[in-house]
Amino acid sequence: MNQEIFRDDWELIVGLEVHVELATQTKLFCGCLNQFGSEPNTNVCPVCLGLPGSLPVVNETAVYFAMRLGRALHCSVNRSVFARKNYFYPDMPKDYQISQYDLPTNLDGYLELPTGESIGIERAHIEEDTGKTTHIGTSGRISGSDYSLVDYNRAGIPLIEIVSKPEIRTIEQAKAYVSELRGIILALEISDAKMEEGSIRVDANVSVREIGEDNLRTRCEIKNVNSLKSLGRAIEYEANRHISLYGNGESPKQETRHWDEDAGRTRSGRSKEDAEDYRYFTEPDLVPLNPSKEIITRIDEEMPELPSERRGKLANLNGVKSNDATLLVERNHDAFALDAIKSGGEPEQVVKHLVNNLSDGLGALTTEALAQLVQMENGSEITSTQAKKMLGELVQKGGIPSDLAAELGFEAVSIKDLENLVDQLIKEHTDEWERFCSGDTKVQGFFVGQAMKLTSGQADGKAINQILNERSTSK
Amino acid sequence: MSGTVPENYQSASEIVNLVTTCEISAVEILERYLNQIEEHEGDVHAFNLVTINEARAAAKETDRLIVEGEKLGPLAGVPVAIKDNLCTKGIPTTASSKILEGWKPPYDATVVKKLKQAGATVVGKTNLDEFAMGSSTENSAFGPTRNPHDLSCVPGGSSGGSAAAVAAGFAPIAIGSDTGGSIRQPAALCGVVGVKPTYGGVSRYGLLAFASSLDQVGPFATSVKDAAIVHEVIGGYDPLDSTSIKQAPNSFVQAIDEGVNKLKVGVISELMGGIDGITHEVIEQTNKAVSALSDAGAQVEAVSLPAALYCLSAYYLIAPAEASSNLSRYDGVRYGLRVDGASLKEMNVNTRTEGFGDEVKRRIMLGTYALSAGYYDAYYGKALKVRRLLAKNFADLYKDYDVLLSPTSPCTAFKLGAKVNDPMTMYVNDVCTIPSNLVGHPAISIPFGAGKDGMPIGVQVLAPPMKESVMYQVARTLEQASQ
Amino acid sequence: MVLAGYNEEMSDSISSEEVKHVANLARLRLTSEELGIFTEQLRAVLDHAKDVEALELDDIEPMSHPLPIENTMREDIPNPMLRPSDFLSEAPAVEGGRFLVPKILGEEA
Repeated sequence: MNQEIFRDDWELIVGLEVHVELATQTKLFCGCLNQFGSEPNTNVCPVCLGLPGSLPVVNETAVYFAMRLGRALHCSVNRSVFARKNYFYPDMPKDYQISQYDLPTNLDGYLELPTGESIGIERAHIEEDTGKTTHIGTSGRISGSDYSLVDYNRAGIPLIEIVSKPEIRTIEQAKAYVSELRGIILALEISDAKMEEGSIRVDANVSVREIGEDNLRTRCEIKNVNSLKSLGRAIEYEANRHISLYGNGESPKQETRHWDEDAGRTRSGRSKEDAEDYRYFTEPDLVPLNPSKEIITRIDEEMPELPSERRGKLANLNGVKSNDATLLVERNHDAFALDAIKSGGEPEQVVKHLVNNLSDGLGALTTEALAQLVQMENGSEITSTQAKKMLGELVQKGGIPSDLAAELGFEAVSIKDLENLVDQLIKEHTDEWERFCSGDTKVQGFFVGQAMKLTSGQADGKAINQILNERSTSK
Repeated sequence: MSGTVPENYQSASEIVNLVTTCEISAVEILERYLNQIEEHEGDVHAFNLVTINEARAAAKETDRLIVEGEKLGPLAGVPVAIKDNLCTKGIPTTASSKILEGWKPPYDATVVKKLKQAGATVVGKTNLDEFAMGSSTENSAFGPTRNPHDLSCVPGGSSGGSAAAVAAGFAPIAIGSDTGGSIRQPAALCGVVGVKPTYGGVSRYGLLAFASSLDQVGPFATSVKDAAIVHEVIGGYDPLDSTSIKQAPNSFVQAIDEGVNKLKVGVISELMGGIDGITHEVIEQTNKAVSALSDAGAQVEAVSLPAALYCLSAYYLIAPAEASSNLSRYDGVRYGLRVDGASLKEMNVNTRTEGFGDEVKRRIMLGTYALSAGYYDAYYGKALKVRRLLAKNFADLYKDYDVLLSPTSPCTAFKLGAKVNDPMTMYVNDVCTIPSNLVGHPAISIPFGAGKDGMPIGVQVLAPPMKESVMYQVARTLEQASQ
Repeated sequence: MVLAGYNEEMSDSISSEEVKHVANLARLRLTSEELGIFTEQLRAVLDHAKDVEALELDDIEPMSHPLPIENTMREDIPNPMLRPSDFLSEAPAVEGGRFLVPKILGEEA
């Protein structure tokens, strides 16, 4: 794989199709439990088993969730019609999937990445999940298996498929798109959005073209990508595969390919025999969905704060880096940060602690405590080392920083005391002082070390440095 | 002509009276019908299965409730035959297809549930054209049903078993399904009353789908009133069927004797000779019905329904298209027949190739073709537009007319085997009944005289959606005129 | 208005190759004799369907459903489910509570 070629002459084009399992109580078209991990074929009824004579009835909560996501992605929410996608596969109990085709619920929106770039959303439609097929045999893979077993517990679980426009140009963007989408879904509380459990599944449409080209070239759809890391690897592999093919005067053919995590490569998927003629037509067992203006207004009014807004609130504060704001929103610590700042903590310092020292969780720490701690630190009542130690205690046991400092004997060494101490050290170590004054910065550590030793580590290193510099310039 | 039709029929309402007043027990009623079945079923073959034991248990239960003084439903003690494409819990439901032979559903269709709740006694599952695809009941994997008026003739179809069961006196009422005339045409050919309700008026839950946007469940009976009673029982909103109408009307019997005075009736010219293949004697009988209505005070006029000329084309694209998808699930994986194969696909192919009969295969292929990329617009898409055109035609007519009138079937019952080798000729049998299905309107077929061969002729009353009341009024008037 | 040439375009409505393709899509196998018969029969139906070309349909909305109703939905409330014994006994092949199917060819998953 020639990374140079990849970067210089070729442009990556990616569109993502993300399937999200909705956290409704029941399935999309019947009252069976939407539950992960039950015994096989126990969450089923005539409808989701596709028994002859059964009919689907739409779950209103699933529709409501879909519309909420649509609005969060700035889509128009439209009159929609369900359609049947026809193909034979044993994980589909009816041998067709009920989906939406030319009239989906959500159309034409966008998703804003933390970098400020926006990726267009073509549609976000409602469809039913399939059952689960397990391949039995020595190889464990489908090829070479002896037979397969089908469990329909997952069949009929509501999904939203969010289809992006082919506007993603880098692997980083692809990953950021998925994690941003995940953040929005979590904020809306419409799915637990766990990639490992398959409640978010990502397919990537990958193609490449030479820089400057206008047309899109043949794309391949990559399935079976189970983590952000695999997503990056799969896109990179596939793009390079296309570039190599073009380099050899060949072209990729449009097809579905599966990502093989262990082998680190994509493999050709479903045979082209059925030529993907899905024979879509309007699902005659269901009626159109036509949300009223009132419902859409209500959805907009009830929209929770989304990650981009939350990031903005933090990033607008003095001294907060946008990367840190993004990280805190991802960790869901942004509201905590804002409260701590409101309680008097200086923004830069509050965010720094949350980013660097509190990544494992906040435990019993309160926003007031964090604010007070930051104040004490800024007032040089405690050192940064002490602050870090105290944070550990506060997370574990809670409490008030001033009490805790006293308890731990972290009495502040006042500036006056420090100045006296430094003056004394200068007197005692004249040689070293001369070297410091003549610019030998290595000796700086010596003085700080001595000061720490004499104060049992309670001196503020920064303050000592400052005093040393003052003394040397005024000499 | 050799037939098995009883001299007279006992009506369901009469049975309910006798049973609820303890003049006769439900068990005795049942045994009379079982005797009739015992005697003639071998000739007629109306049933795929007679559920003798379950029926006896149900009738006994009805009698027990009467003794205990419980309030009984409007069909207490009335035997009913159910078309074998409606699910009956624990009782084989086959759609007359090898692919479902022996399949026992774990649930009752809503219609079956309602009939049982109304006190009816299910006597068995009636024969049909496989998956309701046909007009003669010859496309049954379990052999044809014969017309009780003449055993050498077909009973019509696809609900031929239900129509024949009522005509032969095997049950006073029966349930069928009507996708393109599958209740009305066999009703006409067997000389009984058959109703296709408004689409959405009767739940389809538990009906093995043929063409979902056209299918509707309805009753067969020996009188208009009985049909209306059964319709009231099986009709109404069902939360399990998304296409069920919430405010579906369910009072038809009340106004049934109000007559037709001042009603405006349109007679569809296209179905009175405008389209080829409608026989002279059928048109003649329909004209007699027109006179009867005029005599009863209705204002009858000839009207035009131009799109009727194209209904057959539209129907034979739309119905197969939906069927091709509806019948995909019969793949040998979850229930019914499996014919093994070395791979999944081979198993699917073996199962479906052996399990489906020719007519079903024909329609699946036709529908698959009509929906496939590249042909969708030319065929299926156009058919859907014809459907809209037809709906507009009807809407225009119903601005001026209360009901419309036409023959039900272009001809009387034909001989077994006469049309099986020519699908197109067979399809023409549905020409008068298809329009109502395409637009979802109600229609009824009432026996009205007979042809030269003595075989029954039916006339059809069509009404606007949800306006069954007026449809039953007109039908009742015709019924009285024909007696 | 019937456009000249339009009939020609559709005149040979379906070929036996197409019937074969359609049968494959529908998971049906035809003998060569059946293929001939079915092709002829399907052609007859499709040829008959050409009569609709006499109609001016450009400005007409397709009608895929007879009812004008919308928004029929159910509340997100659980219903009783089936017990596996209710339906597995009807299945052609079962292993460990799951439906067993022969090996699936032609796909990686």
